[in-house]
Amino acid sequence: MKADVQERPETASAGHVVADRVIGDVVLAVDNVSLAFGGVKAITDVSFDIRKGEIRAIIGPNGAGKTSMLNVINGFYHPNQGTITFKGKKRSQMRPYIAASQGISRTFQNLALFKGMSTLDNIMAGRALKMRRGLLWQALHWGPALAEEIRHREAVEKIIDFLEIQHIRKAPVGKLPYGLQKRVELGRALAMEPELLLLDEPMAGMNLEEKKDMSRYILTVNDQFGTTVALIEHDMGVVMDISDRVVVLEYGRKIADGTPDEVQRDQRVIDAYLGISH
Amino acid sequence: MLYREAGQFKTSYAADMAIFPIRQDRIGVIALLVFAFVGIPLLAHFQLWPLGSDYFLRAILIPFLILSLAAIGVNILVGYCGQISLGSGAFMAIGAYSAYKFGTGVHIPLEFLGTEISIAPLPMIVSILLGGLMAAIVGILFGIPSLRIKGLYLAVATLAAQFFFDWVFLRVKWFTNYAPSGSVAAPDFYFFGYLVNSPIERYLLCLVFVTIFALIAKNLVRGNIGRQWMAIRDMDIAAELMGIRPLYAKLTAFAVSSFIVGVAGALWAFIYLGAWEPLAFSIDRSLQLLFMVIIGGLGSILGSFLGAAFILILPIFLDQVPHALGVPVTVETVSHLVFIVTGALICYLLIVEPHGFARLWSIAKEKLRLWPFPY
Repeated sequence: MKADVQERPETASAGHVVADRVIGDVVLAVDNVSLAFGGVKAITDVSFDIRKGEIRAIIGPNGAGKTSMLNVINGFYHPNQGTITFKGKKRSQMRPYIAASQGISRTFQNLALFKGMSTLDNIMAGRALKMRRGLLWQALHWGPALAEEIRHREAVEKIIDFLEIQHIRKAPVGKLPYGLQKRVELGRALAMEPELLLLDEPMAGMNLEEKKDMSRYILTVNDQFGTTVALIEHDMGVVMDISDRVVVLEYGRKIADGTPDEVQRDQRVIDAYLGISH
Repeated sequence: MLYREAGQFKTSYAADMAIFPIRQDRIGVIALLVFAFVGIPLLAHFQLWPLGSDYFLRAILIPFLILSLAAIGVNILVGYCGQISLGSGAFMAIGAYSAYKFGTGVHIPLEFLGTEISIAPLPMIVSILLGGLMAAIVGILFGIPSLRIKGLYLAVATLAAQFFFDWVFLRVKWFTNYAPSGSVAAPDFYFFGYLVNSPIERYLLCLVFVTIFALIAKNLVRGNIGRQWMAIRDMDIAAELMGIRPLYAKLTAFAVSSFIVGVAGALWAFIYLGAWEPLAFSIDRSLQLLFMVIIGGLGSILGSFLGAAFILILPIFLDQVPHALGVPVTVETVSHLVFIVTGALICYLLIVEPHGFARLWSIAKEKLRLWPFPY
């Protein structure tokens, strides 16, 4: 498949100069996925794909199955039907840590930080997969184990710098304000150096300023590290501004898929959000 | 005034990751270690106060050290990994009896195969470490249910370990070398050919063990595996989605915890008790260790020491109070009073500071940094 080059639309730049971003091949394909909990159908026959390097938004009214979709993608839920293909490998049943080791990381709608640990430890925990030294070396905390620890600490400090959370490095995350906790959670997801970053409502409950910051972080991550981003968000302004393509779910079904402009003009989307007059 | 870190700049990550990043802490710990390794033996040797008799070493310091070690083990499992265990007494017993068997020679007759397994008596240090290893293996086995069940239900599952091993060591005579009374006596303790006998030597041996294992425990909990344990404790689903395998994290916590608890059990039997029966490692011991960890502070190595000191030393101390004040009460009444006061103090403490002594200590240090200014 030929990689096609897309220019980000002018409106999407959000005050930030965008070079030519290369949107590559399909990195993740969701084919005819259905998921039911007993009689409740959370997702019905949904297919879409995510291309390498793009920002892909999943939107929809409450209860549309967006978070379930993310949970399916990172292996936490097992779909009743359909397949997920990540990096060309079709996957059936899998454990979440395998998805993580393949390069999928995520943040959560309701914060899921490790509350008893400091910011630094939370982000360091994101690198658990990358640290290879065994128990005995760690018990000594010396030589190769110490070198490894320092190497990863350096990587984590870069993330801390990037997210501007140096001042809370040693603070226990449970006591931080909400906006900062969201940022720490993004940091923890970034520490895994993911190929695909799933963000579940990264801007929920934030004020305008915090939303701007968060948008900036997401755009920079996408731009500079080339990380593919899939995000769920309810703030339409943000979604339409920063995403390349949008998939719209309603009652577990896909009702639209396309660029923000296309989706905005789609009658079914308008109906889903505004209701239909009878 | 003295406790300020102003002017102490860290120029490397290694310095920032040190166990005691503040210089005053380092000086304090080194002073404490020197006192423990040199000062106390000297005081005891010259019979100076408060070590005029063996009593202080034998009845307070040695059990304090060994129970601290056990509490560190329990804290790794309960405090750091969040897996409640009521089977610590059983793991101490496994450590003790395994070390006893390795120390007196293992002999397993396998008549149906026409052969037998015989291992000559091993040196004591090796036996104790093997005792820890056996406890670790059993710990992993009894940790497997933790992959499916959590919280109080897991506590009940570990309780099964406690009752099972109480029964095993009481009924299976092989473990007690067929002693008719069911009570076993520890063999003489040689440390690289040197007989460890006097209280001072026993104390020093315990101290060496405790120092080494406390350091190892601290290294583990501040490293990658420690973060995995805490991640599982704080939010297991998020941990799994980030690539932390619950199987590995939980079972290593069980293994490391049981190993340390097993070593503590072997020391308890060999160094403190000398001769023991299964009752020494009953459910009471498990609960005592759990209380130590909760009162000392979950998820804190220092807390393990403080909790052990509180639970062990407070009753001994209270025992002396009426006598010292000259209040005429019978010995029986005193022992009842000790129970009442200890219980009340535990309740009070948990209300005032649910996070235990370790938190109190860090609050005190925080205040001390600013003292004499309010902020």
